[in-house]
Amino acid sequence: MRTMTRNDLMLLLGFAAVVLAMPIWLQPFGAAYPDLLQRFMIFGIFAVGFNILFGLTGYLSFGHAAFFGVGSYAAVWSFKLLSLDAIPAMIFAIVISGVFALIIGYLSLRRSGIYFSILTLAFAQMSYNLAYSVLTPITNGETGLQLTINDPRYLDRVFGDAMPGQPVPTLLGQSLGGFTGFYFCAAFLILTFFIAQRITGSPFGMMLKGIKSNQTRMNYTGVNTRPYTLAAFVISGMYAGLAGALMAVTDPLAGAERMQWTASGEVVLMTILGGAGTLVGPVLGAWIIKYFENIFSALNDSILARFWSFLPDGLDHTAVVVSGKFVGEGWFLTLGLVFVLIVVFLPGGVMEGVRRITTLVSPKSKPPASPESTSPQPQPAE
Amino acid sequence: MTQPNVVLHVADVHKRFGGLHALADIDLQVEEGQTHAIIGPNGAGKSTLLNVIIGKLAPTSGQVVFDGTVLTGRKPFQINQLGISRVFQTPEIFADLSVLHNVMIPALAKRDGAFKLNMLGSLEHESAVRAEAEHMLEDVGMLSSQKDRAGSLSRGDKRRMELAMCLIQHPRLLLLDEPTAGMSRHDTNTTIELLKKIKSRGMTKVIIEHDMHVVFSLADKISVLAQGRIIADGTPDQVRGNPKVQEAYLGGEVV
Amino acid sequence: MFDVIFLQFLNGLDKGAAYALIALGLTLVFGTLGVVNFAHGALFMLGAFCAVLFRQLLTMETITIDPTQLSPWGAPLEVRAPLVQAWFGDFGAVLVNYSVPASIIITIPIMLLVGIGLERGIIKHFYKRPHAEQILVTFGLAIVAQELIKSFFGPNPIPQPMPSDLRGAADIGAFLGMQANVITYPIWRLVYFLFSFIIIGGVFAFLQFTTFGMVVRAGMADRETVGLLGINIDKRFTIMFGLAAVVAGLAGVMYTPLLPPNYHIGMDFLVLSFVVVVVGGMGSLPGAVAAGFLLGILQSFASMTQVKALIPGIDQVIIYLVAVVILLVLPRGLFGRRGVMEA
Repeated sequence: MRTMTRNDLMLLLGFAAVVLAMPIWLQPFGAAYPDLLQRFMIFGIFAVGFNILFGLTGYLSFGHAAFFGVGSYAAVWSFKLLSLDAIPAMIFAIVISGVFALIIGYLSLRRSGIYFSILTLAFAQMSYNLAYSVLTPITNGETGLQLTINDPRYLDRVFGDAMPGQPVPTLLGQSLGGFTGFYFCAAFLILTFFIAQRITGSPFGMMLKGIKSNQTRMNYTGVNTRPYTLAAFVISGMYAGLAGALMAVTDPLAGAERMQWTASGEVVLMTILGGAGTLVGPVLGAWIIKYFENIFSALNDSILARFWSFLPDGLDHTAVVVSGKFVGEGWFLTLGLVFVLIVVFLPGGVMEGVRRITTLVSPKSKPPASPESTSPQPQPAE
Repeated sequence: MTQPNVVLHVADVHKRFGGLHALADIDLQVEEGQTHAIIGPNGAGKSTLLNVIIGKLAPTSGQVVFDGTVLTGRKPFQINQLGISRVFQTPEIFADLSVLHNVMIPALAKRDGAFKLNMLGSLEHESAVRAEAEHMLEDVGMLSSQKDRAGSLSRGDKRRMELAMCLIQHPRLLLLDEPTAGMSRHDTNTTIELLKKIKSRGMTKVIIEHDMHVVFSLADKISVLAQGRIIADGTPDQVRGNPKVQEAYLGGEVV
Repeated sequence: MFDVIFLQFLNGLDKGAAYALIALGLTLVFGTLGVVNFAHGALFMLGAFCAVLFRQLLTMETITIDPTQLSPWGAPLEVRAPLVQAWFGDFGAVLVNYSVPASIIITIPIMLLVGIGLERGIIKHFYKRPHAEQILVTFGLAIVAQELIKSFFGPNPIPQPMPSDLRGAADIGAFLGMQANVITYPIWRLVYFLFSFIIIGGVFAFLQFTTFGMVVRAGMADRETVGLLGINIDKRFTIMFGLAAVVAGLAGVMYTPLLPPNYHIGMDFLVLSFVVVVVGGMGSLPGAVAAGFLLGILQSFASMTQVKALIPGIDQVIIYLVAVVILLVLPRGLFGRRGVMEA
């Protein structure tokens, strides 16, 4: 592999440093506990992968949660049948979700624009409905797929290290709970970020951007767009499968609700919120949504009452009632409002906001040289 | 003179849209290295003819042959890979990308073919392609704006860039659909100069044009289309003197 | 065998009618405004909650404590007096009984306001923006709407009783001269079907026979030309959005006795309705209606035990399967016009 440019290398190193130091710098924010950090990593990977499809080619998939769910199921089955080690589970999940994405992508990419969105949505809903009904032998229906002591685990049995007690996923014999689990996921996030960076900067990535920008010109330039979009679709499906597998590693239970279309919608929100088409944006979007989901869901009326207690009597009560609508169970209301505001006023997401602020602060500095990084607006793939 | 080598042969093409006979009995031979203009009043079927050649429309009957290969029924990208590039009436460019990248994409497509999973390379290290693109931009006089966003260019610049995007593929046949439509006199003249410049490279060109000034400055051969039929065919001088042509142009616009 | 098939056919009608009504509104908005409205299901849901709200208003009571009377436990007796009876007397009781159809009175103005407000406030800024952004903003609006409803009405379904006179089943078989009690059909479903027929007929008549409708139809066919004629098409399109909202809302109101509404009922129907619109052909009103009934009936057949035994799980996926097949084989849907959202 040829060396990277200096900027890319700096970005990668900076990103890795930020990620690995999360247990430290998130302490003041009250978010430095493993469970949440793992989710930051997992949904970061999911969003980075989604962006390879949506951000680069402009094809808006509304069914990516299906690949996430397939990854989870595949990983849990690997734990059950093969080994409790995470590595075979990851490989198995990526392969299975890749095959799944190949089939769905091959069919869905025959259409573009809204038809593509609806095809992916239809496939995801089919998977979800089937997972709940006839596929119960594979998915264990509503209960979700779990590990049991009686699972065969043929590989583990061959090597004779059958663990006593409740089975948990491991890495080379090491338990993956707590911060070990976080660093395991973090390694994958950095790796997948690196791959996404390479793809974006490669001639292949350039072709994807061309497809997003003007598919007609692409056709008359002698490019067969379908294999390009299919490759992007499969890659992003494998990313989703990887994220789903990591979810199963940190919490070995796979349920069909991970495949529901609201879950597909969530990754779209993350990508848009952060900034579709940018490298860092989707990860930021995932972190922001997961962070505030965590904070807002935990808030309740008594915390709010303490917060508003400085207000005069009566008024503080109103403030508690009104703000109470937006936290706890009402977190999704806040999310929806923020999302609408973002799409209306800042279609480039947080990354565009950051850029606007920097140009405001330093009016002398020239706009960034490469224009595609300044216009991450999602375009329909038509 | 050696035997003229016919590169593009439109053979007995008919095109019907419902009851409308858009193209009737079109037989057209374009010789290698020549600039062949197709002119005609509005609604004569010029754009339909171009779309049939490029594979966007299927002819009702007849076929289009390019250098021994039948184009009819092929997809646009396959036709391009055979060596045919097209300039559109409204420039089809990658508006979100930089001017340099706009020109690099066709160069990569020429080098890598219709599909190549070129994921490990880096665009930063494609120095040969980059140099070629920069050279091409210099040729069309746009090197200084290579970092600009293509969508923000003036219409004339968009056209020049689109031309560069086609030329960098070294096509054997270049199709131009009203390359100066909607342009100012100044932009039109620069475009003519540019087209004259590339004419000397021996590339075959088919040009559809409204503007007689453009046509007579560039064409080696002219076919006149009226109501879906070719009514005259020949060198600029032959066509200029043809009474049928003058009649088609409403009592003879002085050309 | 015939009666079984006929029964399944009937069973598909009410669901099909709901699909048709939602898809009709979706298509109106898409055809006139060119907007892909993911918030349309939320409008259906809002309509359903208009019925809930209306009933809650009707059943509000004043509770007074009458110290002169004692309950069997010796505590002062609470006297509950429904406000509606205080205002309307006996008519109040009738009103409570017919609360679902009666709530149409408040549904129409509310939905009209919601629709026009949405269009003027947000949607109109998205006409020129890419479809992906339209999907995203309306998706966000749908989340907001459903979460608002959730925070005011709670997460659980709220059953709405149908009027007592319309409960029970009609013996359609006997009516058609067949054996009695073989084909019976709940009366309310019949009412819903007829209701949808009236609404659909009304919308079509409105578009067909009024000047307003003519302009809108012309606008659907070619927006720019009509704009050139100097007709204020934008204002008419705003009203169309309001109309679509009303149709969705009414579909929601009347569906409440069949399916107790909860906050995510709209999303459940939206996904299916998009499938319906696509199957019918984007931008085709007759297509939306036909596909709505077709898919409702297909779904009903797919849930027959004999069919399920043949193809397990078919009832869960039939609609999506039809959508996928239609999209791949007939990309323009059953009735789609050329050039609409052409891929």
